[in-house]
Amino acid sequence: MTPHMLTRSLDRGATIFLLVVAALGVLIPLSNLLLPAGSFLQVPTYLVALWGKYVCYAILALSIDLIWGYCGILSLGHGAFFALGGYAMGMYLMRQIGSRGVYGNPVLPDFMVFLNYSKLPWYWYGFDMFWFAALMVLFVPGLLAFCFGWLAFRSRVTGVYLSIITQAMTYALLLAFFRNDFGFGGNNGLTDFKDILGFNVQAEGTRAALFALSCLALILSFLICRSVVSSKLGKVLIAIRDAESRSRFLGYRVESYKLFVFTLSACMAGVAGALYVPQVGIINPSEFAPGNSIEAVIWVAVGGRGTLVGAALGAVVVNYAKTLFTSGMLAPYWLFMLGALFILVTLLLPKGIVGTFNAWWDQSKEKSVAAASASAAAEDGVTEPKMAE
Amino acid sequence: MNVMDTRATSALLYLDGVHVSFDGFHAINNLSLTLAPGEMRAIIGPNGAGKTTMMDIITGKTKPDEGTVLFDGVTDLTRLDETRIAELGIGRKFQKPTVFESQTVQDNLLLALNVDHSVRGTLFWRGSKAESERIDKVLETIRLTDARNRLAGSLSHGQKQWLEIGMLLAQDPKLLLVDEPVAGMTDVETHLTAELLKEINKTHTVMVVEHDMTFVRELGVKVTCLHEGTVLAEGTIDQVSSNDRVVEVYLGR
Repeated sequence: MTPHMLTRSLDRGATIFLLVVAALGVLIPLSNLLLPAGSFLQVPTYLVALWGKYVCYAILALSIDLIWGYCGILSLGHGAFFALGGYAMGMYLMRQIGSRGVYGNPVLPDFMVFLNYSKLPWYWYGFDMFWFAALMVLFVPGLLAFCFGWLAFRSRVTGVYLSIITQAMTYALLLAFFRNDFGFGGNNGLTDFKDILGFNVQAEGTRAALFALSCLALILSFLICRSVVSSKLGKVLIAIRDAESRSRFLGYRVESYKLFVFTLSACMAGVAGALYVPQVGIINPSEFAPGNSIEAVIWVAVGGRGTLVGAALGAVVVNYAKTLFTSGMLAPYWLFMLGALFILVTLLLPKGIVGTFNAWWDQSKEKSVAAASASAAAEDGVTEPKMAE
Repeated sequence: MNVMDTRATSALLYLDGVHVSFDGFHAINNLSLTLAPGEMRAIIGPNGAGKTTMMDIITGKTKPDEGTVLFDGVTDLTRLDETRIAELGIGRKFQKPTVFESQTVQDNLLLALNVDHSVRGTLFWRGSKAESERIDKVLETIRLTDARNRLAGSLSHGQKQWLEIGMLLAQDPKLLLVDEPVAGMTDVETHLTAELLKEINKTHTVMVVEHDMTFVRELGVKVTCLHEGTVLAEGTIDQVSSNDRVVEVYLGR
């Protein structure tokens, strides 16, 4: 990323968004840690963790908007990349437990002892080192996306067919991770984490730091997405979205562009998953559930596809509503509400919240420009006689 | 060296014995055609004569079942895909104007410029003065300078056709394939388009598919009439339109 790419990519909406996220990332942890518990302005720890989760979802939504909003690739399996990033982080956290587990085995995590593993499977090697796990958070989702995308895009699988095979991909992973002999804890997944980089994951300070880090990751992801979409590559992506074969006839290698942006997006989703796991304290195969990926697409649609800010906003708004409505008497109806939300947004706000706002803003700006020129004309005395009288 | 070989090397585009069938329907049937460098050729023919399929073959969208398609005398186009063929210098304007509707006129031309089209090249792209000068020049040629910041989707049908021709100019290919450039245009626009194509032909080889006979006559170039996927007649517009077989297929006798 070069400086000119950054300056070019920041318009007013993006700047406001970044300032808000940065302010939340600083103020929420400070209020949680410094103000006395129970005071009016103090953010309780459970809320820090909850909002940390929303921020991770916002990163996932950004990654989906990058490919769907700008390149027309509707992935209904992005939850898989999120979950793989989460598992990579979960494996690191499992190795950190060491001999503090129930069975006290210094190397094998509890579930392996329980399942009579004699030694650590080879693919768990290295996950005791944070740097390795962090690398895998990017590498594993990225590699899967690269292989999947290479095959799919080269064979020119597009539209609804691509969406269906992404669903199949996440479902296949769901089934695989459910198996005990797959070596990732089966149904229960990975949990009972103790510490991360030597800090207790349950401690208030760690939670506050993880929240701040998630906000930082959201800011960085947003900057990367903005730089990509405001470069010439972004124009090519939109060209591919709107008229794929036309772009080929102009000499653009469409599959390379799709592969680049799909892999980038998967890495981003992986980072979101990796930050999510220590904050919620568990990763299990249900994160691969096809429904999760579809829900993430709904966030983007609600917020406004192809706007980036909208995707992040949609993730937070829908998940806040989910938290609100899944507790209490409305709980059984949440899925109906989610479905209704999707239908209503499609019918009434096809551009999503931010897209509709942008259209309204542009229109009113045009009107005020027109009004200003009309009044200027009136002052010059060149309007109708009625006005001049 | 026999006659065929010299033709193959001197022609910019050389099609010989090309066959394509879709589910048993012979769209192209033993089609042979050559285009000399710098030439402008008009292709006419009734609906279903295989005009668009021929363009699909040349641009790599459709692979022929058999036959030779050579570009510049040496490159076998049947082995290459659309992107590679576009890079070689074959540009195409579609029957239905396809511009990038949600982007500005200016950006449409920017996308068409024949500069580095790699992922890395576009990611780290910085505009240059030479590029913007070229865009300005094309905008002037296609008379869309005032509309440069408008979205391409908001242009009129005729303007879209012109924008697409402008994109071909920005692409600056050796060979331009122009499919029905005046469909849906007014008489004045049709006349201006003929002038524009003649101007373009001064520096480029052009192949135009068109139904509009007044337009073809105005171009005043060699005409090839296709019928059922093969060449029916070739010559000046007067020769071709007085050809009995051509009259027969057009009037359906």
